[in-house]
Amino acid sequence: MPFRLLKLAITGAENEPRFFDTREDLKPSYDVVIIGGGGHGLACAYYLTRDHGVTNVAVLEQGYIGGGNTGRNTTIVRSNYLTPEGVKFYDESVKLFKDLSSELDLNIFYSTRGHFTLAHTEAALRTSRWRAEVNKHYGIESEVWDRDQIAREVPELDLDCGGNTPVLGALYHAPGAVARHDAIAWGYGRGANNRGVEIHQKTRVMGLRINGGQIIGVETDRGFVATEKVISMVAGSTPRITKMAGFETPIEIHPLQACVSEPVKPFLDTIIVSSGLHIYVSQSSRGELVMGASVDPSTLHSTRSTFDFVEGLADKLLDLFPFVAGLKVTRQWAGMADMTPDFAPLMGLTPVRGFYLDAGWGTWGFKATPVSGKTMAHTAVHDRPHDLIEPFRMTRFTDYQLVGEKGAASVGF
Amino acid sequence: MKQITCPHIGRRPLSEFVFGGEVRTPPKAGDASDGEWGAHVFHRDGAPGIKREWWYHGPTGTWFILRRDTRTDEFLGALDYGEARHRP
Repeated sequence: MPFRLLKLAITGAENEPRFFDTREDLKPSYDVVIIGGGGHGLACAYYLTRDHGVTNVAVLEQGYIGGGNTGRNTTIVRSNYLTPEGVKFYDESVKLFKDLSSELDLNIFYSTRGHFTLAHTEAALRTSRWRAEVNKHYGIESEVWDRDQIAREVPELDLDCGGNTPVLGALYHAPGAVARHDAIAWGYGRGANNRGVEIHQKTRVMGLRINGGQIIGVETDRGFVATEKVISMVAGSTPRITKMAGFETPIEIHPLQACVSEPVKPFLDTIIVSSGLHIYVSQSSRGELVMGASVDPSTLHSTRSTFDFVEGLADKLLDLFPFVAGLKVTRQWAGMADMTPDFAPLMGLTPVRGFYLDAGWGTWGFKATPVSGKTMAHTAVHDRPHDLIEPFRMTRFTDYQLVGEKGAASVGF
Repeated sequence: MKQITCPHIGRRPLSEFVFGGEVRTPPKAGDASDGEWGAHVFHRDGAPGIKREWWYHGPTGTWFILRRDTRTDEFLGALDYGEARHRP
């Protein structure tokens, strides 16, 4: 046992430095209030202070930081999307991720693994070629691999899938990575807190105060705070917040479930996604298989998870890796994914002046954490959308300019 | 597996049904602007609560309108489409 730990057992840990200040009271007013203390909210707070010198900021979190979808995703980072808008946006995020450990002085365990999107049909292979060409055009490593190349890189994979749906090829994306999701939230949170941002956990937003189309404050269960800028970064709670603001969006909430197996010796150092089988799997640094599937078919505002999910996922997983049949599932959970009709996020200005939305993160939010924080900070400070997020404006649905991001996880094509 | 009770067909497992989204009234054809149509097609009251939703029962090829609490996933009653048409 380390001596330091022994010492703390005797003297107590009260005077030890903590990751964050624990604040007692809310101030009566802030320059910017961020709703949601997940990765996106804390990243935004961090870039507000670092890039724009705005420090009078409060982050309000109804639970504990990183306890929502930040801690519920399967931690995959990649940029091999289908649309030019998506590719440019996510590529910026991958670049920010790579430097994050040193920037935040916290090991985020960023691990570049290589990412395979398996194609089981001619149609899927065609989409893979399309994605590869779009990606290469924007300078992103992405190429279509044949069966032999896949077999060399992932020898454990049963390319015939038990004879049911043989793999024809794959889209290979070398920069595909995994990172430790909690560390992203803690790192950004500490960075923001060190520069003066207040983080208020267990503080629930009950209403928005709007006067003449301009936001003037936020009602919380700990009292009212006045502010002229509010950024909503709440993932699965978005429709509750937009209802308070008095407008509708296309967002609907579907549970997205995931699970991990017991830890085993490393055998899988890449990330395997199959759009045809609706499954993705990687092996964590602890040896667990981290697995997910597509969103539940009907809407639900709950984080319950189901036996049907594990049963369906196991069925598909055994097509790819028959030898894991004896592995036990040790944990399963769900997050509330805010899905949009075109599988792209909803970011930027809203009908309420001073109220900004960072939402519609469905199944693709974790990989966008740094770039969302950065672009939303820019958007709120300048009161106009950052160039990278302009295509994701919420008015695209009523003027018929949808993005059509078929490269999102859980989308079959 | 969850069972749903519907008119005519009785209790059936959830796996026989396909979710068809919330029931919404379309604007009057001709009267609505492009923006209003866009809002009708895409926008949703996504907030949690008791919702009226379309559900399709595959084996019998029947559409039902079901009331469901989207916080607890409880089904609270069903109407077939013919019945539902005559109610507000």
